Amino acid sequence: MKIHEYQGKELLKKFGVVVPRGVFCPTVEDAVKAAESLGGKVWVVKAQIHAGGRGKGGGVKVAKSLDEVRQYASQILGMQLVTHQTGPAGQKVRRLLIEEGADIRKEYYVAALTDRTTQKVAMMASSEGGMDIEKVAHDTPEKILKVFIDPVDGLSDAQATELAVGIGVPAESVAQAVATLQGLYRCYMETDASLAEINPLILEGNGNIKAIDAKFNFDSNSLYRQPEIMAFRDLDEEDADELEASKHDLSYISLDGNIGCLVNGAGLAMATMDTIKLFGAEPANFLDVGGGATTEKVTEAFKIMLKNPKVKGILVNIFGGIMRCDTIATGVVAAARETHLAVPLVVRMKGTNEDIGKKILGESGLPIITADSMADAATKIVAAVS
Amino acid sequence: MSILINKDTKIITQGITGKTGQFHTEKCQEYANGKNCFVAGVNPKKAGESIFGIPIYGSVKEAAAQTGATVSVIYVPPPGAAAAIWEAVEADLDLVVCITEGIPVRDMLVVRNKMLRKEAAGGKKTLLLGPNCPGLITPDEVKIGIMPGHIHRKGRIGVVSRSGTLTYEAVGQLTEIGLGQSSAVGTGGDPINGLKHIDIMRLFNDDPETDAVIMIGEIGGPDEADAAQWCKANMKKPIVGFIAGVTAPAGKRMGHAGALISGGADTADAKLAIMEECGFKVTRDPSEMGKLIKAMI
Repeated sequence: MKIHEYQGKELLKKFGVVVPRGVFCPTVEDAVKAAESLGGKVWVVKAQIHAGGRGKGGGVKVAKSLDEVRQYASQILGMQLVTHQTGPAGQKVRRLLIEEGADIRKEYYVAALTDRTTQKVAMMASSEGGMDIEKVAHDTPEKILKVFIDPVDGLSDAQATELAVGIGVPAESVAQAVATLQGLYRCYMETDASLAEINPLILEGNGNIKAIDAKFNFDSNSLYRQPEIMAFRDLDEEDADELEASKHDLSYISLDGNIGCLVNGAGLAMATMDTIKLFGAEPANFLDVGGGATTEKVTEAFKIMLKNPKVKGILVNIFGGIMRCDTIATGVVAAARETHLAVPLVVRMKGTNEDIGKKILGESGLPIITADSMADAATKIVAAVS
Repeated sequence: MSILINKDTKIITQGITGKTGQFHTEKCQEYANGKNCFVAGVNPKKAGESIFGIPIYGSVKEAAAQTGATVSVIYVPPPGAAAAIWEAVEADLDLVVCITEGIPVRDMLVVRNKMLRKEAAGGKKTLLLGPNCPGLITPDEVKIGIMPGHIHRKGRIGVVSRSGTLTYEAVGQLTEIGLGQSSAVGTGGDPINGLKHIDIMRLFNDDPETDAVIMIGEIGGPDEADAAQWCKANMKKPIVGFIAGVTAPAGKRMGHAGALISGGADTADAKLAIMEECGFKVTRDPSEMGKLIKAMI
């Protein structure tokens, strides 16, 4: 789960990381009032959406007067902000963050994330702040420093100092940088984050260290014990169909193709999508019905897939283990009837009670095409839609 | 022979009295030598009772001491699952199989690091399979986990995968063409886990009853690439490789917590390329995994 920048900064502040003074604003009037109350001569107007790359897309502006604050806030609020992470349609801006300007002497990059190889928390830091870190990692990997933290010990002073000195923080600011890194680490651990990134972390003219941006991602397995993080959830930023699917305990992700697919198991679901592509079409979605699919669940899954107007055919691929093929077949027949299915449907079933399942499909009187292998199923659905 | 488990393995079930634990314990007991293999359950509140004829003990340590069990399987719900793993490690078991899906990553990080510290201090090394995995099976001997037993057939092909149903798909194909499996192992879909592809490939390489291996992977993480590099230098047996998720978009968690593309090396194409370079027979069509392995042996 992701949160907004202003929420991330609230979290960081609690762990002793210094952030610019700022106010979250849902309207243009609020933005102007916020700038007035913050005082000073320079403000930053920042679009709050979950995607990155906001600056390049025109979602972050520096204002040098209250009139400019009003002008930029009106431009940004309500715009469809397109960044490399939003897709071509962009994301509608519903919230702003108004912040005091900062006197930037130098920009750094710092982040905490879980490293799968070492099974430790990796703290990364770079002198190349404010840039796309993937690009830095690709072009100049030597400019990214990493330390690995055993969660039983935490981030030691020595490790944090190594990073701070390594990225060139001047001697008089190292202590503050160390405190920032340790605050970031504790914040990462205590909130069950899967990514906590500050880009840029800045050195101000007066030697202070400040977090100018905050990007967080949280481990969804842990949300049950993080009520404060759950309260940050912004449903406007989430895909409506994925949200609806999750209410029915279905794992759904919409894609760009025209073949809907319904599968049990995440690995098999991806393999089914890949097979559709291999045989000449594109999948319209990822959909894992999980291990305990019922007729109701299968019906909901059909409804969600069919909401997508691009869907021209459906492929059901089930490997019956604990979940029996006859249960799924009954569910598929009921779902096809209830949704008045008007697009071709190919069903491939293997495993427990496969024969009974096929019989149920055959006797339904519905034009269901059956298939033996995944390749056979993909060939048939591709032929049926073209 | 086989890897990790056989008909003589003695197993403790942690979480045996829960709904999932009960359901699968019964199925495991019914499979092959399961009646003799599943010797103990653990639940501190029900110590002294029994379920399906299996005695329940108050702790893993006690269950192991009383029965001589060396392996445990865990169905404990996510909030207590990492503690259950640690209990089995502290009891010095050989292998812990954690089926539980949805364990907080931080809990897994902590327990994995505690396990490493214990080994570094000279303590017994306990292997962990999973979490969020289907378990493992040696056909006609014993099954530990949630896979459907009847699709398996004793044979000489090893299967390893992170995904449950994709393992079943490979197993089903092998059974259908008459080859069967030596052992089939699911390493699980979580980002922080125990045994990885590389560990299982090592075991299959050393197992005289495994002639070839189907290695299945998916997007996210370095496991498949690490295993491929190891195989290039060491593996003496033919391997068919498949990676799921060629069509998966970046930045989206595809069902499994660990199935997420966050960088170039996480993609299916990158992994397929490395596997091919390391001498695997790679396929992009999961329907032909069985056929390909048959052609190679």
